[in-house]
Amino acid sequence: MSESTTRTAVRPTASGWLQAWLPRLVLAPSIAVSLFFVYGFMLWTFVLSLTSSRMLPSYDFVGFGQYSRLMANERWWVASTNLMLFGTLFIVICLVIGVLLAMLLDQKIRQEGALRTIYLYPMALSFIVTGVVWKWLLNPQLGIQAMVQGWGFESFRFDWIVDSDMAIYTLVIAAVWQASGFVMALFLAGLRGVDDSIVKAAQLDGASLPRIYWRVVMPCLRPVVFSAVMILAHIAIKSFDLVVALTGGGPGYATDLPATFMYTHAFNRAQIGLGSASAMLMLGGVLAILIPYLYSELRSRKHG
Amino acid sequence: MAALEIHNVRKEFGNERVLKDVSISIDSGEFLILVGPSGCGKSTLMNAIAGLEPVTSGNIYIDGEDVTWRTPAERDIAMVFQSYALYPSMTVRQNISFGLEMRKVPKAERVAAVERVADLLQIFPLLERKPAQLSGGQRQRVAMGRALAREPKVYLFDEPLSNLDAKLRVDMRTEIKKLHQRLGTTIVYVTHDQVEAMTLADCIAVMRDGHILQLGSPDEVYNNPVDMFVAGFMGSPSMNFIRATLEAAGDGYALRIATPDEDNVLLPWPSERNAAGLVEQLNKPIILGLRPEHFSEEDVRLSEQAEGTLMEAKVSVVEPTGADILLRLPLGEQEITARVGPKCAIAPGERLSLRVDMARAVLFDAETEKRLA
Ligand SMILES: Nc1ncnc2c1ncn2[C@@H]1O[C@H](COP(=O)(O)OP(=O)(O)O)[C@@H](O)[C@H]1O
Ligand SMILES: [Mg+2]
Repeated sequence: MSESTTRTAVRPTASGWLQAWLPRLVLAPSIAVSLFFVYGFMLWTFVLSLTSSRMLPSYDFVGFGQYSRLMANERWWVASTNLMLFGTLFIVICLVIGVLLAMLLDQKIRQEGALRTIYLYPMALSFIVTGVVWKWLLNPQLGIQAMVQGWGFESFRFDWIVDSDMAIYTLVIAAVWQASGFVMALFLAGLRGVDDSIVKAAQLDGASLPRIYWRVVMPCLRPVVFSAVMILAHIAIKSFDLVVALTGGGPGYATDLPATFMYTHAFNRAQIGLGSASAMLMLGGVLAILIPYLYSELRSRKHG
Repeated sequence: MAALEIHNVRKEFGNERVLKDVSISIDSGEFLILVGPSGCGKSTLMNAIAGLEPVTSGNIYIDGEDVTWRTPAERDIAMVFQSYALYPSMTVRQNISFGLEMRKVPKAERVAAVERVADLLQIFPLLERKPAQLSGGQRQRVAMGRALAREPKVYLFDEPLSNLDAKLRVDMRTEIKKLHQRLGTTIVYVTHDQVEAMTLADCIAVMRDGHILQLGSPDEVYNNPVDMFVAGFMGSPSMNFIRATLEAAGDGYALRIATPDEDNVLLPWPSERNAAGLVEQLNKPIILGLRPEHFSEEDVRLSEQAEGTLMEAKVSVVEPTGADILLRLPLGEQEITARVGPKCAIAPGERLSLRVDMARAVLFDAETEKRLA
């Protein structure tokens, strides 16, 4: 409306002009800010990753030198393998637990609302809180090990958090504890969306309950699985606070993830160039997951 | 032996009693229709027969065996749902053969069964499609195909045609009828459409509020309704209920319909239809039930032979339907509908002589709404 009046009027009135431009004026600052702080800094990081910056940014370009240094860095490889291991286990276990909990909650049980809230509650905590809580629970002198030993099982050992081969699994435990309730909520919503009579039809067709879920219901939930994997992958790649709070990357650098690697090198060890290069690789990883997701989302939206 | 027998079945959801002592028995090969307004418990009864909802009390027998506590799979029943309930992730072929696969039928037999069903319902070109790629009518066919692939003891259809458009519904109705005649299967079919009920059924059960009001052949239910609800529910346009007073006339009875502005209408009650209870209703208000087709326009050429009583009324609305004409005529406190031949030339406002077929009229108690004669 406002556009057509401004176009047809011989002399646009002041109020017409204001009507047309006000939304843009109001939005402009936030667009400018996000352009600058998100995409501007992304670009700046990329530029820095091509320089030999150490303590402070410098513009002494070395091409892809930092990237080849990164590839040769043992600690980066530990961080990357850790991410693979952590990410895969985290996603798979969250999905399995989430699906199982959702199926159990879907059996028309009493107090479902309360249980749902209990399971979902960890998601309301920040990863820092989760990390600290699990740090205590997993501490051999304070937590689970001490408790079970206190019951008289003297030989009981659960000291993964101080074992550099096993410490990465403690991250998985804490992250699964936090996120599986959320996955359950996703699946529960999906299950509720499945037509009741489909399940009835399958019952009459003689399928057992596990088969009904596996053959009939789960295939209807494929989009939910997809979304859940996307969200979890995203959480896994960005996991930083959990590592900082739970293990601090230790013992040694046994539980480093790319995010903590980046932080340590850019801000603690005066290796801004190397840190930037690792940040760019992480961005690449996120985009590799996100772009197919957005693409399929947009495509499915277009097809109704 | 009864193919399906339902014995005093009750169903409660919490405190709400949805089925109240329902008893039905049908023979093998019979087509039973459950009809009633929405919310009267038809689907609940179907779910109880299928074993999808446990009953609160009562028993269900299939082929003489008590199946009340058996699982749906053990009852050997197939069901067609109102929403079709096709498995969205499977092709039509997989949808049809899923039940056989779950029952461990060998592959070759499954393939043969799909072929047979596809041939029966003419859905060969659809076999490799997913349900989302089918039209409503095609989904309906596939849903029937899935039920027909197995050869269960009883088929249940829960409002299978209510999501189709009018024309397709009539076509499918005919096809279901043909299919039943060909296969001779036992079918329980739910509908709230009384035309569907009349055309398909061997036996109709009219339900209301969890009760079976009447169980009988379509002819019985239509011509001999047990109460005003059944009479009004079956037939379209529905039966006219006319307030009248029962009077003695000679050695029989007559019905007086009070009309405010002119002479009352007096309709003699045929003496061969006198019933025992009528004498108690003498000089009391009573409801006279007359279907629209129980009226016919007076034809001078036939008036010598024609049976029935003459009655005069003013026409207020004329509704030609093509095959015949529906007339609305104020009569006493109510307005009645009469169905006359398509050639009847009458304009609103004119007076008309109508012949009333009192031999087919029914009488109801004005208070209990139960049938008197
Ligand atoms: N699972 C349920 N829990 C509680 N009430 C129900 C349930 N299913 C049906 N009802 C009630 O039972 C009554 C009959 O429902 P239904 O059998 O679906 O009616 P119809 O199929 O005749 O339209 C309705 O009043 C409905 O509210
Ligand atoms: Mg229903």
